[in-house]
Amino acid sequence: MSLKHDIEFTLNGVGKRVTVDVAMTALDMLRDVVGLTGTKYGCGEGECGACTIRVDGETRNSCLMFAVDFDGRDIVTIEGLAADPKADALREAFVEHGAVQCGFCTPGMVMQASHILDTNPNADAETIKRGIEGNLCRCTGYKKIVDAVESACCGGR
Amino acid sequence: MPDCTTNCVNEDILTMTIERYAAPQSLDEALGILQQGEVTILAGGTDLMPQTKAGRIAFKPTLMNIGRVAGLKGVSLDGAYLRIGALTTISELLRDPLVVQHAPVLAEACDQFASDQIRNAGTLGGNINNASPAGDTLVPLIVLDAEVELASKPNGSVTTRRLPLAEFFTGPGRTKRAANELLTAVRVPLPQPGHVARFYKFGTRPALDISTISIGIAGIKRDGALTDIRVAFGAVAPTPVRAPRTEAALEGRPLDAEAIAAAADTARDEVSPIDDVRATAWYRKELIHNMTRRMLDHVAKA
Repeated sequence: MSLKHDIEFTLNGVGKRVTVDVAMTALDMLRDVVGLTGTKYGCGEGECGACTIRVDGETRNSCLMFAVDFDGRDIVTIEGLAADPKADALREAFVEHGAVQCGFCTPGMVMQASHILDTNPNADAETIKRGIEGNLCRCTGYKKIVDAVESACCGGR
Repeated sequence: MPDCTTNCVNEDILTMTIERYAAPQSLDEALGILQQGEVTILAGGTDLMPQTKAGRIAFKPTLMNIGRVAGLKGVSLDGAYLRIGALTTISELLRDPLVVQHAPVLAEACDQFASDQIRNAGTLGGNINNASPAGDTLVPLIVLDAEVELASKPNGSVTTRRLPLAEFFTGPGRTKRAANELLTAVRVPLPQPGHVARFYKFGTRPALDISTISIGIAGIKRDGALTDIRVAFGAVAPTPVRAPRTEAALEGRPLDAEAIAAAADTARDEVSPIDDVRATAWYRKELIHNMTRRMLDHVAKA
């Protein structure tokens, strides 16, 4: 039996109490314990960004985080962002620009894009490209993604 | 038994279980736990998680998360030093006004570090203790004469010692940190007038790639010559290394084409890299030669 630990955190604005295996990744907990499967497992090594979430406002790879480290923190996943009216422009921009093909990278890409726009509302294409360095997409080739994020800057321009 | 030379997961490691999880809030408490022995330290987790999952590192019976220990985060001035708390993340470093002002070469290295998501999680103390020969912050910190501060509580009271970072590493993943010590801070001397420092990292893509080689050069530039020279290389030896012969080839000499060419030749001869998946030894030596020359050209013209 592996060691369990009780943690309390805020998940998408709602308080949560969970008992987790101490060696479990935050990603496994989100998907298998809490049941939020929007956050994806891509590489499991922090290379692809499909598992990107917000932790106390900063984006992190949930596959590299210990679930126990959620204790006391404020967590936002793609499900939380989907319910946030502030993210409407970003969501619509991804649709309008065809920035989604197979869709597997999209939750992580959108989480990282929202972080880029929160940090720098006037981000240009170069800043956006630097910002999504840690997110791999194997379908659209990035151009449509960068265009989508850029058009969502300042609510579109 | 399957043939198991690569991607081999050690069965002993898999069956090893964590018996205790601790998330201390004070340094005193953390050092007390360390003193009891057999502790795996968790900070950002960006290396510990993949390394343990792949079976390359085994958990000790106690997993100690130091992320909530007070006073280990942030950058401050401490007399003639910049003091950087071990839990300061790479993202915090690259934006920190004191780092940008007094150690811009470190901020530059942090800007080339992995990806935004990893920079938001990874800590300076973690990058140092991970002791990778290719660790991105190590080469710039070595040429800045950084030292590490190690705290322990051997007899019930906290003691600290300091070590030059250049002497801290003993091999890949190995350092002079004793099992009961915690790396609490890094101290970087404030730069003297005329101080110049440069960092170069080569990877096949800028983001997320582990360095094929990296180079740090620092010194005091006066009347066209460099003195107090520090040259360090990453990913050409089991640890990041100073290059004393290259330093000696440059020390006090006018930084002209002849001196730069001689120093670049010395640098190529001084390193003994290996062939691996990222590059051959030959290619690494050529990179060290060509990029050392280019960096010195830039310093001469600046």
